[in-house]
Amino acid sequence: MKIIACVKRVPLTDAQVKVGADGASIDPTGLVYSLSFYDELAVEEALKTKEKLGGEVTVLTLGASDASKELRECLAKGADNASILLDPAWAARDARSTAKALAARIVELGAELVFCGRVATDRDQSAVGTMLSSYLGWSCVTDVTKLELTATGGTAQRETEAGIETLAFSLPAVITCDKGLNEPRLAGLKGIMAAKKKTIDETKPLDVESAVKVLKVELPSARKAGRIVGEGAAAVPALMDALRNEAKVL
Amino acid sequence: MTSILVFVEHRDGTPRRASLEALGAAAATGVTPIALVTGPGAANAAAPLSAAGARKLVVITGADHYSPDGTAADIAAAVEAHAAVAFIAAASSAGKDLLGRVAGLLDSAPLADCTSFTCSGGVFTVQRPILAGKALVTAQSQSKVCCATLRSNTFAVATRDGAAEVTTLATRGGKVKVTGVTAKGDAKLDVKEAAVVVSGGRGLREAAGFKIVEDLAAAFGNAAVGASRAVVDSHWRPHSEQVGQTGKTVAPQLYFAVGISGAIQHLAGMRTSKVIVAINKDAAAPIFKVADYGIVGDAFEILPALTEAVKQAKAAN
Repeated sequence: MKIIACVKRVPLTDAQVKVGADGASIDPTGLVYSLSFYDELAVEEALKTKEKLGGEVTVLTLGASDASKELRECLAKGADNASILLDPAWAARDARSTAKALAARIVELGAELVFCGRVATDRDQSAVGTMLSSYLGWSCVTDVTKLELTATGGTAQRETEAGIETLAFSLPAVITCDKGLNEPRLAGLKGIMAAKKKTIDETKPLDVESAVKVLKVELPSARKAGRIVGEGAAAVPALMDALRNEAKVL
Repeated sequence: MTSILVFVEHRDGTPRRASLEALGAAAATGVTPIALVTGPGAANAAAPLSAAGARKLVVITGADHYSPDGTAADIAAAVEAHAAVAFIAAASSAGKDLLGRVAGLLDSAPLADCTSFTCSGGVFTVQRPILAGKALVTAQSQSKVCCATLRSNTFAVATRDGAAEVTTLATRGGKVKVTGVTAKGDAKLDVKEAAVVVSGGRGLREAAGFKIVEDLAAAFGNAAVGASRAVVDSHWRPHSEQVGQTGKTVAPQLYFAVGISGAIQHLAGMRTSKVIVAINKDAAAPIFKVADYGIVGDAFEILPALTEAVKQAKAAN
């Protein structure tokens, strides 16, 4: 089975962000990147699936050439191939344009199972995985915390506001991975050495114009300074008074 | 007559609050809101949805078992049948799951978790947080159909007299089927949708320490329990309760951070709460920089007293 893990590099979650000079972007200066947390889960699930059902794993990204660092980390963990859709202007793409380019590449690669992260922790859209399924005409299950796969289909669990949902689906499928699904492995020294010798396939992505016009990017306004109402249990009446009479939330 | 199609989640015809807020946001744009409901009891939603601003109601028939791709296909069909200019839903589990599917079917760009949603001269403009709320993006949709999910606790529910005109549409069915739902114990509120969130962190020392947090949440009645990443990673609490960058972003009326120091990833997930209360031993903890009110001290002494005070206040109301 040909398995693809779609990944994205994003700023580290502890990054302090600044607005770019154009007022409509994030200033990339000084940002340090790594794979999006949930994409690590997607790579792990792809590798586990290959170990169980056989096949080969390709990690796929759309981005600038510096994303090859993260792809090489995936190769070191055991991915067979890595493919980058090279677009220096990737940040100007919206979810639709990214999904269309990835879908075209997934068809070219002849895959029948695609893993994505639940969300990329930069744009926070949770959209590319589901969009892929619509463009490909495949099954899709999202936010998966438990997965049983066979060569033709599977069952998955996801957490919703109402409880834990169990879903049945057929392949081909797109599966988006949530925390709890697995514990990503670390690359071993042998894997790291082997990954250095592998070539990362570079292709030009489908050109799709963005359908979202960003007018402004701003930092949220700072919260006005609060105050310490007191120390220990003795401060509870003062807190209750503030919540009732000042903040009026009781 | 241009219209916005609003996907409404319901339980046996009782709409969920977050969906009513989305309907309210649609009504507030001035474009005609059409509500779409599916699943058992859907037709019972006609009265509450009419009262919350729906001018038309599309009831999907034959969908006894929820199918996410089937529902997305039904929504896309209804959007096309009514020539709707937008599709919106609450940014809930179902809404987030549907957004990309529907956007893909309509070849439109999705906009998730919007905190502002307006329409002027036929152009939709939204504001949405990125990087878990560290920055806000204002963007215009240039798609054929503006597809968006809206954050809960952000938009007002509308009111309207008159009955929505009801039409039905047979489901197209899908490849993915929900075969079962294991309900959460005692109908716990989701941390994203509760009016009050009481979150605990490492300062509670062990999993059993969350008892005092649960007691305070129970005293409020309309509260959910939240957790910091540290305690979720230690398996004290489930991931569904995690607030922050790799968890959920919340915006309740009242947020309590108990024994949480306030890492930047956690602050990103709760900083848009209306009122923040921090309770921490360490007076220098960063959480106090975003809190409206703070108490310095031992949570195990403060929370029981606070729980008692909240119970008394509730009893007096």
